[in-house]
Amino acid sequence: MAAFVMPSLGSDMDAGTLVEWLKRPGDEIHRGDIVAVVETQKGAIEIESFQEGILTGYLTDLGRKVPVGTPLAVIREESEDEPDDAALLKGAAPAAEQQAPTAPVSAKPVTLDVEPRITATPEADGARLKISPAARRLAQASAVDPATLTGTGPQGSIVLADVMARLEQKPAPEAKQAVREGGEQLSGMRAAIAAAMARSKREIPHYYLSQTIELTNAEAFVAKVNADRPPENRLLLGALFLKAVALACRKFPEFNGHFEDGVYHPAEAVHAGMAINIREGGLVAPAIHHAETLDLDTLMDRMRDLVARVRAGRFRATELSDPTITVSSLGDRGVEALYGVIYPPQVAIVGFGTPVSRPWEQAGDIKLKRVVTLTLAADHRVSDGHSGARFLNAIEKHLQMPEKL
Amino acid sequence: MTREEIEAVLRAEMHQIAPDIDIEEIDRQEDLRDEFDIDSMDFQNLVAALSKRLGIPMPEADYGEMGSFDAMLDYLTAHAG
Repeated sequence: MAAFVMPSLGSDMDAGTLVEWLKRPGDEIHRGDIVAVVETQKGAIEIESFQEGILTGYLTDLGRKVPVGTPLAVIREESEDEPDDAALLKGAAPAAEQQAPTAPVSAKPVTLDVEPRITATPEADGARLKISPAARRLAQASAVDPATLTGTGPQGSIVLADVMARLEQKPAPEAKQAVREGGEQLSGMRAAIAAAMARSKREIPHYYLSQTIELTNAEAFVAKVNADRPPENRLLLGALFLKAVALACRKFPEFNGHFEDGVYHPAEAVHAGMAINIREGGLVAPAIHHAETLDLDTLMDRMRDLVARVRAGRFRATELSDPTITVSSLGDRGVEALYGVIYPPQVAIVGFGTPVSRPWEQAGDIKLKRVVTLTLAADHRVSDGHSGARFLNAIEKHLQMPEKL
Repeated sequence: MTREEIEAVLRAEMHQIAPDIDIEEIDRQEDLRDEFDIDSMDFQNLVAALSKRLGIPMPEADYGEMGSFDAMLDYLTAHAG
């Protein structure tokens, strides 16, 4: 027996409104099935199941706004006998904690020798706070300081229910995040970006590097591949950029993972967040899963599919919550360089400016060449400029051999 | 197809991709991507849609001839007309 819960929607969103059920009681549920749709500040998001079994009942009504971690429905494993919803409801919070989806990160976290918090809390004094992973996640997402909570779990540990109880006392997130600016309230999307970016700038000591790289090989490769293809199968330079970053992440795990509570967890796979501009304003950076394993055509298809779904305002919860690094590419109509703000709990964002023609020295001659400015903003708690420079050089190297991408 | 018919197709496809832009308000000689605020992916989708509807290949090597709304219309008329 397990609860199907409202999953983490990224560090900048703490609640969503249940708007649609795609499975009914009695339906068989497979891992990855889309069970429900929730409306959030970033649009409609499809919620997938992480369990197998039979959906035996709903726990949350349509139209209700619920915080991350809230049980939405009961899924009974097929091997289990009688459904016992009452028992599940009673123990809903612990069940939810076990099932809260997390990004696949390496089993052995790397502990870093840094102060976990800037403000003095019992946690920073050395006595480690007892708090369940799901409770910590929700507390972090909703800006609740766990040190101010009273734990009701085993040995006084803080569990999900404690954080939820606190959230119920608080005003709605919109009210909390709405900021007056020139007399206008920030939109949901803008408020979500504001919350995540303010947290990033408050907590993450960014450092920045940049490198101008030649694009002759990459552009010639794209032109050659596209020459005899119909438009819908053509490659964009952006796919090469994304793949080059994903491949470089394999050798430089300090740029691909999550930093949470003073601990860096390098990720095993590269779930590359692709920054996508939204026409009505704002942007999102949902993940392309296992980008390092996809060939360029598959990657391009995934990018097309993701952009189409973002434009239609519908993407999946896992895509929002688990990018391990972000890649932001300005494309044809931008400026030469962009220095990104890291999306917490990630530790790096790679930027590609708009490709331009510039004078370029080659074997003593100056020629006009196509170049792009590659940038890195990375978390100094996890890496330093030396490895950052090597990481950018690795990306450049991959882009010089596009046929191997 | 007449130039008018092709313009109707182009308008419809532009509206699909950039529904918030009023075609009467744009500068038809200026950069198409700037005027409609579309990125490389949008442009590729636009070309794919036009290519299908009008039955012309629209190779990437010709993208330079599709720089503005009017240039695109000239190109489509020359190849599909």
